[in-house]
Amino acid sequence: MSIENLLKRDSFIERGARSRAQALLDPGTFRELAGPFERLHSPWLAMQRLVTQADDGVVVAKGRLAGQPTVVLAIEGAFQGGSMGEIGGAKIAGALEFAVRDNERGVPMQAVILFETGGVRLQEANLGLAAIAEIQSAIVALRRHRPVVGVSAGTVGCYGGMSIAAGLCSYFVMTREARLGLNGPQVIEQEAGVAEFDARQRSLIWGLTGGEQRTATHLADACVEDDTAQVRATVAALFERGVPTVHRSDRTADFLACLARVDTDTQATRDDVRRIYGQGLE
Amino acid sequence: MERLDYEFAAGKPAAGRTVSGVVASGDLEVLLEPAGAGRTTVAVQTSVDGYGATWKALLERVFGAGDLPAARIEINDNGATPGVVRMRIEQAYEQAAMNGGTP
Repeated sequence: MSIENLLKRDSFIERGARSRAQALLDPGTFRELAGPFERLHSPWLAMQRLVTQADDGVVVAKGRLAGQPTVVLAIEGAFQGGSMGEIGGAKIAGALEFAVRDNERGVPMQAVILFETGGVRLQEANLGLAAIAEIQSAIVALRRHRPVVGVSAGTVGCYGGMSIAAGLCSYFVMTREARLGLNGPQVIEQEAGVAEFDARQRSLIWGLTGGEQRTATHLADACVEDDTAQVRATVAALFERGVPTVHRSDRTADFLACLARVDTDTQATRDDVRRIYGQGLE
Repeated sequence: MERLDYEFAAGKPAAGRTVSGVVASGDLEVLLEPAGAGRTTVAVQTSVDGYGATWKALLERVFGAGDLPAARIEINDNGATPGVVRMRIEQAYEQAAMNGGTP
């Protein structure tokens, strides 16, 4: 990309959580709920002498997307690695539950979740895990009515329990820079050794867990440029498709069949994985 | 982590409330809300202990003239340098003046 193009483009990755939510919603419709001035700090971080953020790293915004009533749940990856604590998790779960209630009352509220998260916030342990479980059940409840669209733009990506939440979404959108996985590279290296996974090898990491690969292997539905207009158009088009007849998470048997074909004696390459996931998932 | 409180003379109440920045590494969050005319309060929560004198000197350079709009300011700092702190405060004032404050 030329310098001119770099300066001209409207990057989605470079936006913070609030700015991403504003960019997705139709101009003038953005309304933030449980915002920073409600001062819903994490009570647990302060006890551990860590600086809190007034919105606990989650922005809940209601508005319209291409005219449709939409709630955007944006995780701020720069604050504590986008980790899910009690408050931030409750904001997402609560908003999704309200969206379910709206649908039951005839308002077709749809949700976009912007995943930029390492998963559970370790400082809040079980409370974070409980919040993620609530988010997951709320996604499943909401996707019966309207699609739930997940986006991971990067640079944090989407890991841990929140990667399971991502797997439950009706549709998932990634950029080439984003990564999606249950365990992060450093965790795998730490637990299984450098021979198993070298967390410094960027081509290996992105080759196996990057947005391009995850889209090619049917774990994501679209790989987009780091361009705000393209992200927005892709999300709107996916909502247009409506609720899928079969969700990705209903196809566990097909995915398990792929996993069974993996030869664990050798390190799988990007192309090996594409070949394996190229059968039975089309 | 340390908490610090400061108070400065100020002008008329700020036009609206706004938030700038993120509590990221080397960054900070500034929450700005209108306050009664004539007085600005600054409450700082910082991850770095023992820099009270630096904060005082920096904030005096920003607010010392007493001509900025009156505001209740809360700063959540994660090790930002003085230059970044100053820019985030100025950004908050600019946003508050521009859009009457969002959110």
